[in-house]
Amino acid sequence: MSVHKEMTLVTERTSFQELDNVVFKPTESKPTIKWYISMGISLFALSLGVVSLGYTFYYGIGMWGNNNPVGWGFDIINFVFWIGIGHAGTLISAILYLFRQKWRTGIARFAEAMTIFAVMTAGIFPLIHVGRPWLAGYLFPYPNQHNVWVNFNSPLLWDVFAVSTYFLVSFLFWGLGLIPDIANLRERTTSGIKKFFYTILSFGWRNSNRHWQHYEKAYLILAGLSTPLVLSVHTIVSFDFAVSVLPGWHTTIFPPYFVAGAVFSGFGMVATVLIILRKVFDLEHIITKGHLDKMAKILLATGTMVGYAYGMEFFMAWYSGNTFEQFVFINRAFGPYSWSYWIMVACNVGFPQLFWFKKVRNSIPMMMAIVILVNVGMWFERFVIIVTSLHRDFLPASWGMYAPTMYDIGIFIGSFGMFFTLVLLFVRVMPSISLTELKAVLPGSQPSHHHHE
Amino acid sequence: MLKKLKEKFVEIDGDLRLEERSNEIYGVTAVFETPDAVIEAAKKVADSGYEKWDVNTPFPIHGMDDAMKLKPTKLGYATFTFGTIGALSALAMIAYMSGFDYKNIIGGKPFFALPPSIPITFELTILLAALFTIIFTLVVFNKLPKMNHPLMDTDYMRRVSSEAFGIFISAEDKKFNPDEVIGMLKSLGSSSVNLVYKFATDEDKIKTPIFKPAFLGILAGTAVLTAVLTYIILNYAIYTVPFDWMTNQPKLNPQKMSTLFADGFGMRTPVEGTVARGFKPYESYGKPDSLIRIISNPMPFTKEVFELGKKKYDTYCSPCHGNYGKADSRLNGQFPNPPTLHSDKIRNWKDANIYHVIVNGQNIMPSYAKQINENERWAIVHYIRALQRSQNALDSDIPVDGNKK
Repeated sequence: MSVHKEMTLVTERTSFQELDNVVFKPTESKPTIKWYISMGISLFALSLGVVSLGYTFYYGIGMWGNNNPVGWGFDIINFVFWIGIGHAGTLISAILYLFRQKWRTGIARFAEAMTIFAVMTAGIFPLIHVGRPWLAGYLFPYPNQHNVWVNFNSPLLWDVFAVSTYFLVSFLFWGLGLIPDIANLRERTTSGIKKFFYTILSFGWRNSNRHWQHYEKAYLILAGLSTPLVLSVHTIVSFDFAVSVLPGWHTTIFPPYFVAGAVFSGFGMVATVLIILRKVFDLEHIITKGHLDKMAKILLATGTMVGYAYGMEFFMAWYSGNTFEQFVFINRAFGPYSWSYWIMVACNVGFPQLFWFKKVRNSIPMMMAIVILVNVGMWFERFVIIVTSLHRDFLPASWGMYAPTMYDIGIFIGSFGMFFTLVLLFVRVMPSISLTELKAVLPGSQPSHHHHE
Repeated sequence: MLKKLKEKFVEIDGDLRLEERSNEIYGVTAVFETPDAVIEAAKKVADSGYEKWDVNTPFPIHGMDDAMKLKPTKLGYATFTFGTIGALSALAMIAYMSGFDYKNIIGGKPFFALPPSIPITFELTILLAALFTIIFTLVVFNKLPKMNHPLMDTDYMRRVSSEAFGIFISAEDKKFNPDEVIGMLKSLGSSSVNLVYKFATDEDKIKTPIFKPAFLGILAGTAVLTAVLTYIILNYAIYTVPFDWMTNQPKLNPQKMSTLFADGFGMRTPVEGTVARGFKPYESYGKPDSLIRIISNPMPFTKEVFELGKKKYDTYCSPCHGNYGKADSRLNGQFPNPPTLHSDKIRNWKDANIYHVIVNGQNIMPSYAKQINENERWAIVHYIRALQRSQNALDSDIPVDGNKK
């Protein structure tokens, strides 16, 4: 694989140290001007979100565009969008680990961090959607002064459990992977303050093989646990829709369709950020074109799956003979929101088909353009699902239209600001590539005999 | 604070170190340059019968567990046990909360059923399994965190964290003899063999920091601060601007004042002469006992009427008159007790007299004309008659055989 080809220079012992130097460089040097510019843009976007949220908190969610009949607007669209982005990280760190895909080692740590930041960003939206987020503690079944428990039959409560479990387990998985790399930083650093924090964060890890033995098993078990977990999270998010009886939502295809879409959008976002990151931090020989090529193939596969789901929804609407279902889908494709439907189809099913060509997969500008379109398309997929199903229901008398307000848009931009601020901070203070895993798969890093592979 | 942190480390030989070392040997370290060399050396060390020794590598080396003759890890058992506990406790929680403790009717669904409980059960299974896998890995099996291990802060640890492979043999091993160990490790092909000394302060004599008063004080302070903040937020903050828009809405709530009306009441009385549905005006309203028109009870003697009477009596009359009309008020003296309903005066009253008191009130008893409608009043009268009869039963009321009631 091209990782190995481009890594041939690191077959000698000393080259492990060179690898350390490259990966730890952002944490050990002053930020570059490129970093300051990116951080400035992110913080500006974040502050737009903070101001819009401040208005929302002060005046209530009447500041937003959602109102009868479209009760779920940008808040839930953004929630599903961001939670979907997170799925790629777990897929890379857990599922590809179980399939022994060695190429994942270069991008796994970064994708996991993206998972955590995306889930943190996603978590804001249901909280602000409830209107009074300072009372969100009632979402959990704790013995409260009302002596009443939460409704265990509601998919919205399943969401609370699924998203919080997903965040906690992803965070722990990521943290466990960071321990040996932080121990490495602890031994390298010459700053007393850094050493103090690295000592605590590394739990005093000392690379003992007696520890590695349990550590490797724990990593395998956590990968095994995360795999069904990640599938369950977007399944449960899709239940928010599928368990209701609204035409366009009430379909059994939703769980697999949502999971495929989540992986698709997640890989789109990981690719977008990695293409920028490898340039900004000079990591081209670790995050190679080979990685991007493989990610393009996964985007092609999941994009086609999503396309199948779009087609199957139409087929089921026709085959069911349900006039309401048929109306919703005709309304989606040719009604007042048809523009959003065709943006979705073009970006998610159309453009990724270009990845059949090796030339497109290996061209960075083409790849960048397509992955950004994938992000746009997947955001519009959630817009289409939520808005077109809600805005025209069974009674023509209660039909209406939805338009976001500037506060909706401000919070949406702010969510990107928060995500990229966290990403940029992460690449500054933590090793954004798992050195332990990367070194373990390099040629010459394992004994030449007793090879267990 | 940061300055203090910096002072925790001392500069020795141009490097930052945790602490001064003593002259007591902690063990011997040997660095190997290739994975092949270290795995061969590890096999030899294991075969030589050493027990307290270790291999330190920047990443896990395949086959090293066998070379060191380590037993397989038992981590899987911990994961399985706590995953099972997660599943069972989630099911028990849902069954207790929604199936037993507070049965809420939600869309006519069963209070507890398996299918809607599966998502949460699944999530909690994964959560507990993952959480305890990590706790067991780090704390139980690997005995971490350990912030002041003598191997830390050595050139040996610096190299094996990054690019070299090492073997460490502890001085606590029964077979340990410095010269012998150094000789063996050199003969195994180590590029650099070194002695590691213990810290100057014996770490076993250092008090565990979690029992230090400062740490306990921080814990207690955090607990108090959290409690006080929570109390203030839940009792004051959410009722102040701007967080009060749910509690302070521009509408009239029951029992609340209103500046809209001259009398300041939010709740309005109906216009004079308003007749509520099912409430016919009572012709003798406000008249003294002697002037009322005596009519007979129009309600039939049926089981349904007596049950209606009992229900309405228990709701509206029993708080003061008692469940059996014996003037044994249920209000614990917070309101004056009325006279008994079993006095000769009331037993000799006509039904219409009792009806009149229910509608009109008497002494401090208010009118119940607005709460109890006409049929219900007559049903209550029947029920009071039954209560009176039960307290003054005749011999003939006692059934002699199964046929008589």
